[in-house]
Amino acid sequence: MRIYEFTKGILKKNPVFFLAIGLCPVLAITTRVENAIGMAAAFTFVLLGSNLMISALRKFIPRDVRIPTFIVIISSFVTVVEFLLHGFSQDIYRALGIFLPLITVNCIVLGRAEAFASKNSLKNTLLDSAGMSVGFTFSILVISAIRELFGTGKIVVFGYQVVPTVLSQPATGMILPVGAFLVMGLLLAIFRKLGVM
Amino acid sequence: MENLLAIVISAVLINNVILTKFLGLCSFFGISSRIRNSVMMGLAVIFVMTCSSMLTWVIYYYFLAPFHVEYIRIVVFILVIATFVQLVEMIIRKFLPDIYRAFGIYLPLITVNCAILGVTLINVDVEGYSFVASTVNALATGVGYLLAIILMAGIRTRLELYEQPKTFKGLPLAFIIAALLALAFQGFSGMGS
Repeated sequence: MRIYEFTKGILKKNPVFFLAIGLCPVLAITTRVENAIGMAAAFTFVLLGSNLMISALRKFIPRDVRIPTFIVIISSFVTVVEFLLHGFSQDIYRALGIFLPLITVNCIVLGRAEAFASKNSLKNTLLDSAGMSVGFTFSILVISAIRELFGTGKIVVFGYQVVPTVLSQPATGMILPVGAFLVMGLLLAIFRKLGVM
Repeated sequence: MENLLAIVISAVLINNVILTKFLGLCSFFGISSRIRNSVMMGLAVIFVMTCSSMLTWVIYYYFLAPFHVEYIRIVVFILVIATFVQLVEMIIRKFLPDIYRAFGIYLPLITVNCAILGVTLINVDVEGYSFVASTVNALATGVGYLLAIILMAGIRTRLELYEQPKTFKGLPLAFIIAALLALAFQGFSGMGS
């Protein structure tokens, strides 16, 4: 058990900024910070649950059918989280829309299952999944904060105005698809310049 | 007929699967550095998307809906898609080994290409299309994917001839190009009305 398994997901091997995988939800639902929080919560639940289960079952899963097995486990967890959000938080359920079931095919979840959980102990998998979830949450929050701030001029999270109105004429382009690609590209360039990644 | 045409224009241009709906981004950024690979990837996506959309529609309305078990659609759909990808992979490995090698990891990744599962879910969940309409939608979405990835590959191939700023070289620049393409495709949004 090494703490590195946890910290690597946050910066050094950040799934979004460094590996550039699992981009679909990152770019699509980051128009508002509260959607990003909902997505991060759902994603964390699925990643932790499915990878812990895969790690626990890793000795019983035949090698030849491991990918279909992983997919079935992951999609079961997604179905559970879909039920939970549908039951308890209709607003987030509607805002995430199609991207909630699409957590199933998020490259990060399957990638960690194949590259890590299927080969490592339960304890290390817990650290790895938690680190990746924190890394994912961090990146999705950064992108959504930038987009909402510049796109609407303020940040409102669950009805509370976190950042007061700073722009009277916001750049609407930031909450359009253009803004998503632009913010992502600029962030990658900034991280590279700073030498973080 | 008019309705189908509207679906095609919407799926290819107005709501382009990559540039507006953000589906299938991993393969879009991963494989778009060469035009030839992009074309093959696009064709594979069109094939898998159309076939799996037809299959999943039938399964949803004739097997899941009668027994009120629509909630297991995610598990069922992804298994159907995985089977199809396996089929495409076997065919390409047998007949086009060069392209098989060129694809590398991205062919198995079609399984986890969000565009495929996304379209099948949009067909039954969001839009509730009929069989013909959902097939047309899947085909047109695939064409939209092909269009976007070829445009991207063309631009990236040409950019390699020029000196790029070191900070932006590679992925960051690809995102900026995608942003400009998305901005261009935003212009189609007026066509809906």
